[in-house]
Amino acid sequence: MLEIKNLHARVDGQQILQGIDISIKAGEVHAIMGPNGSGKSTLAFVLAGREGYEITQGEVLFEGRNLAEMKPEERAREGIFLAFQYPVEIPGVSGMNFLKSALNVTRKYRGLSELDAIEFLKLAREKLKLLGMDEKLIQRAVNVGFSGGEKKRSEVFQMAVLEPKLAVLDETDSGLDIDALKIVANGINTLRNPDRAMLIITHYQRLLNYVIPDKVHVLAEGRIVRSGGKELALELEDKGYAMLDSADANAAA
Amino acid sequence: MAATAETVKTVKSVTDEYKHGFVTDIEVERAPRGLNEDVIRFISEKKNEPAWMLEWRLKAYRTWVERFLPASDPTWARVTYPQIDYQNAYYYAAPKTKERPKSLDEIDPALLRTYEKLGIPLKEQEMLAGVAVDAIFDSISVATTYKEKLAEMGIIFCSFSEAVQEHPELVREYLGTVVPYADNFFATLNSAAFSDGSFVYIPPGVRCPMELSTYFRINAENTGQFERTLIIADKGSYVSYLEGCTAPMRDENQLHAAVVELITLDDAEIKYSTIQNWYPGDENGKGGIYNFVTKRGACRGKYSKISWTQVETGAAITWKYPSCILQGDNSVGEFSSVAITNNYQQADTGTKMIHIGKNTRSTIISKGIAAGHGQNTYRGLVRVLPKATNARNYTQCDSLLLGDKCGAHTVPYIEVRNRTAKVEHEATTSKISDDQLFYCKQRGLSAEDAVTMIVNGFCKQVLQELPMEFAVEAQKLVGISLEGSVG
Repeated sequence: MLEIKNLHARVDGQQILQGIDISIKAGEVHAIMGPNGSGKSTLAFVLAGREGYEITQGEVLFEGRNLAEMKPEERAREGIFLAFQYPVEIPGVSGMNFLKSALNVTRKYRGLSELDAIEFLKLAREKLKLLGMDEKLIQRAVNVGFSGGEKKRSEVFQMAVLEPKLAVLDETDSGLDIDALKIVANGINTLRNPDRAMLIITHYQRLLNYVIPDKVHVLAEGRIVRSGGKELALELEDKGYAMLDSADANAAA
Repeated sequence: MAATAETVKTVKSVTDEYKHGFVTDIEVERAPRGLNEDVIRFISEKKNEPAWMLEWRLKAYRTWVERFLPASDPTWARVTYPQIDYQNAYYYAAPKTKERPKSLDEIDPALLRTYEKLGIPLKEQEMLAGVAVDAIFDSISVATTYKEKLAEMGIIFCSFSEAVQEHPELVREYLGTVVPYADNFFATLNSAAFSDGSFVYIPPGVRCPMELSTYFRINAENTGQFERTLIIADKGSYVSYLEGCTAPMRDENQLHAAVVELITLDDAEIKYSTIQNWYPGDENGKGGIYNFVTKRGACRGKYSKISWTQVETGAAITWKYPSCILQGDNSVGEFSSVAITNNYQQADTGTKMIHIGKNTRSTIISKGIAAGHGQNTYRGLVRVLPKATNARNYTQCDSLLLGDKCGAHTVPYIEVRNRTAKVEHEATTSKISDDQLFYCKQRGLSAEDAVTMIVNGFCKQVLQELPMEFAVEAQKLVGISLEGSVG
């Protein structure tokens, strides 16, 4: 579903990604781990098409299409979803209204009928129930006055409603206490299915105790330095990112 | 909101830009070009006015010529425009009919089609929505619907001209008591040359069962439109009134100088809502309406209330300050405004809250949005007079900027002469952030839909003051008027 080939990208003239190769098939969950400043969030924004994140070399194919040729909203409508690390507030716009509009542009793009307010509310309630979340999440203005945990839950809820083909979760676990982490992890697991690929970006291993990845990639200084199974995450937890230095040393040797 | 986005698209596909920019081809009867005493006599005669009305017009005209004209247009507002040639406009234009139509069937079908294009439900069968419309086509009121039904309740809702004929005692008692004929340059010009307008009287204790509405439309070329509205809510009554305005696209500028006077007696309430969508000029600032309007309400009675809600999206220049004179003890004034300036539009708008009575309260919520090269000014006065014990005002002015070539300005004047008064003023200025836009795009929304949604969110507090059926219309307008403001 997603082919990242020798991806180089820069932000504000600074080269951040220095050659990344990842291939994710439908149904797979990959985790990307790495220390601060390794380029994790840059990768997320490059995939979503944020302005100012420039691909300088290599390419990203989504279902065979070159992402560089698609505008951010087109990528979203094609089924790429980014759960933001820092979801932004939109005062005065209710979550319900926002998400209904987003869902309907996507449905329209795919040739499906648009949902009216009642149909949407029904769908939203089903998803909230599925995720064990509260309805007030969509009654309030988008992210306005939300706690850190509420923001992350809201992102997972939006994902549930929009049903993307590829979900990129950018540090969806950061800043959560253990209970909130479980709710979010449970949400992600619920949304795992054979048609959906997920890319989980995280600094810590703890989310991966609850969401078991098929593959783990370790990112450092804009490169994938290790790839492996779920046990790689545990190894990182055990040894810390310092182990990468020796890994680099090994690779160089 | 997807519905909104879709509407915007539909509207765009019908005409490229300004939805209401069509011209109705019908024969027009005009007064000679320019303004002098003869033209005023002509207008007055056409309307078969009584002598007192003509005298009032002439008094205003002489004041205008002697006091205002030599000093030229007011210059204190933050707007610029070339000197208007007042002698080069027509002050009276009316569709040619042999007699005034008695029912809708007698009205020129071309006229009715115009209203249909505007989306006004003029025909009786379309009136089930519960809106009574007094339609002003250029200078004469074409049809007043629902009048009889309202009359059964003692409510008078008719054209101003008709009120002069049928209810002269009410007109004489209240006309010019809120906005005197010598009030200001444009109000005085209006007092001399006003063509028509709406008149509403709600008798004591009556709650008007439907929204009353006037749709103004400037059609004839080179015509100034000077309508005059007078609404009186007698003791314990209530009325909600809505005016909507559109005009065709023309290269030259047209002047619209209206006057609105509202009066509430004891325990009465008037809710006055405006959706102003006059032609704003093209993207280079050519053409468009000069909207120079004087609107003022007097809360004469105790516990009375006047609330102004306005959505100003159109006009090349907007110059208006719907105000409240809070005379009655415990009376309440409210002003809620959304003003959008895009391209080269200029708006200088706000309100005046004059606290005279005890325990009077006022609230001002102003939302200004500037895009393109638009200049948006809030100008407001809160004045508390010595006898206004415990007067209370809360003012909130928020400005939103789109792009880096537009401007937002806030000019509050606060004069307090009573120690017990409490006056609060809050102001913010913000921009739509790249983060917000990207967030919306990542969820599939186009930049245009995202801006429409964010701006509607910014205006929500004001839009929700509008009667429901018009709130939807207003949301769409917000989107349409910001077209092309994001790349």
